[in-house]
Amino acid sequence: MASYLLRRVGTSALVLLLASIVVFVGVRALPGDAALALAGEERDPAALEQIREKYGLNDPVPVQYVRYLGNSLQGDLGFSTRTGLDVTDIILERLPVTLELALLSLAVGLLIGIPAGILAALRRGSWVDNASNAFGLLGLSIPNFWLGLVLILLVSVQWGLLPASGYVPFLEDPLGNLQRMLLPAIVLGTGLSAVLMRQMRSAMLETMSADYVRTARSKGLSERSVVLVHALRNSLVTVVTVLGLQLGALISGAVITEQIFVIPGFGKLIVDGVFTRDYPVIQGVALVTVFGYVFVNLLVDLTYSFLNPRIRVSGGAS
Amino acid sequence: MTTTVSERVPTGPASDALLSVQDLHIRFSTEDGPVHAVNGVSFDLAAGEILALVGESGCGKSVTAMSVPGLLSPNATVDGRILLQGRDLLGLSAKELRAVRGKEISFVFQEPMSSLNPAFTVGKQIREVLQRHEGLSKKAAHERAVDLLRLVRIPAPERRVDEYPHQMSGGMRQRVMIAIAVACGPKVLVADEPTTALDVTIQAGVLDILRGLRDELGTAIILITHDLGVVADLADRVVVMYAGRPVEQAEVHELFAHPQHPYTNGLLGAVPHREKGVELVAGRRLREIPGLVPSLRSDPDECVFAPRCPRSTEVCVSRRPPLEPTRPHHPAACFHPGEDE
Ligand SMILES: Nc1ncnc2c1ncn2[C@@H]1O[C@H](COP(=O)(O)OP(=O)(O)OP(=O)(O)O)[C@@H](O)[C@H]1O
Ligand SMILES: [Mg+2]
Repeated sequence: MASYLLRRVGTSALVLLLASIVVFVGVRALPGDAALALAGEERDPAALEQIREKYGLNDPVPVQYVRYLGNSLQGDLGFSTRTGLDVTDIILERLPVTLELALLSLAVGLLIGIPAGILAALRRGSWVDNASNAFGLLGLSIPNFWLGLVLILLVSVQWGLLPASGYVPFLEDPLGNLQRMLLPAIVLGTGLSAVLMRQMRSAMLETMSADYVRTARSKGLSERSVVLVHALRNSLVTVVTVLGLQLGALISGAVITEQIFVIPGFGKLIVDGVFTRDYPVIQGVALVTVFGYVFVNLLVDLTYSFLNPRIRVSGGAS
Repeated sequence: MTTTVSERVPTGPASDALLSVQDLHIRFSTEDGPVHAVNGVSFDLAAGEILALVGESGCGKSVTAMSVPGLLSPNATVDGRILLQGRDLLGLSAKELRAVRGKEISFVFQEPMSSLNPAFTVGKQIREVLQRHEGLSKKAAHERAVDLLRLVRIPAPERRVDEYPHQMSGGMRQRVMIAIAVACGPKVLVADEPTTALDVTIQAGVLDILRGLRDELGTAIILITHDLGVVADLADRVVVMYAGRPVEQAEVHELFAHPQHPYTNGLLGAVPHREKGVELVAGRRLREIPGLVPSLRSDPDECVFAPRCPRSTEVCVSRRPPLEPTRPHHPAACFHPGEDE
């Protein structure tokens, strides 16, 4: 177990390093001149040259990268070229917003997807199964922006039940915060729940016909423990893997959803950053996102190995 | 209070059978139509007896056995009577049946590699059945689990009890399955080809354990096997099945010495020293008999073995041969019974 953990942490670090290179080079490949964006109205070549010198834009790209990496490791992500604010501060301010949205969406996805998938598998061919399948197909094919707009129109505009947009920090006004986060979380969580539902259903169908489930029945165990202990535990192994992959989709979905609901989170930060060619912000956000993604996948892997003793406990038949 | 007629009386035959299966029919409904998997199987099992079910692959041995504790898939229809000490298991509710499973009747399945749950330690999988039926505390169940592992001769049981199935060999997993099956002291143990998937070197050990259970705990065993050596070695009585039907039934020495049905004769044909019966080489398989096993799409009123039978005549395809004694206590379903020359 310990060596497995070490190995996983090692590969994660490697992934992060590679990602930082990709992010750095990618940002530099964006069309447009950073110096021009920095200069604003200024078009004087001498002034531009001065800006380039000041931000180290004249150095070879590898040199720029090493400097950037060194600073990043110390938590210094530079300053926004647009607002002049410390990128680390901006990110620390926006991160909790997106994290909350992601967690709420995850909750929506799990709360709908897992039970629906289990029920659909247990009542295969029944109306529950058909309804779940229809939901799964819809949930996967409906784009986030459309669902977001429809929900705003119906729930907020038509019925006036929830605010259509905006954000208040949870600590300031918990109820108001949840009221505003609910719709975006549903929008993001729907697609996730559809994926989880389908995965859960097929995993359960498979495990329910496994030999060890028949063994569990032959012991006289209640149907509840046959399903919820013996079958579910093994189904979760595959579902958790899929969950890890889906978190990437959740992050990119958050970009669009935050735009629609005007939530000042990460997604909005990166979009604004791209439009204003704010390199330090784009870089910082991308790096933190990748970091989060790698970290979550590490967590997923650990959960996976917890669920699956074949990974956790080595040692073959003797 | 007086005893009234409405009081439950055993409905079985006037025998001391622990388990009595009577006129069992099992049909599966599938997308391609019905499958008549078992047609009219009957047998009695006495306490402490080992009854062997033999026959070619697909003849319905496993489904017959699985129908007893009600473990067939939902697409199965079971008719007949399955009396455990006079109580018809087919009439029990799901809840009543669950109280019987693992407690009074337990099962060792054909597939040792996949029959244990990979996610839990073998200790937990043994404890579970003890906690379910014996109401033991977790600690007491754990101690019992170690004892049971010792009973099935797993070395270092205190350590092994915390291992996962993937850390064990096939033979050891099968012994864990047996430990689970005997945990609550069942009256009937069904062992479905308990050694087929195992290495020859460990087969004998597993069979010894089964014999020990019968001798020491008086457990009655339904033993399903392809292996005539195992039958001769372990069984008291044998039911021979062919295409879902019972074709012959006898005490083991009688069967080996005087096989009546041509199918049984065929199975035993290649076995040397037939007259001595028990002197069979362990590991000997049923002999291949030329011809194809009939489909189970229908249950025709004729002898299903006739197309492959060297003795078949007109009468064989005109009606179904009844399973009747052709020698004392030795029924065979054949119009031309007797030993091969
Ligand atoms: N769930 C099911 N649905 C349809 N048919 C089934 C089902 N289970 C078993 N059968 C059929 O019933 C017949 C008997 O199967 P069974 O497993 O009892 O054979 P067996 O004698 O145990 O063979 P083997 O020696 O290979 O284990 C087979 O033809 C099989 O295809
Ligand atoms: Mg079988």
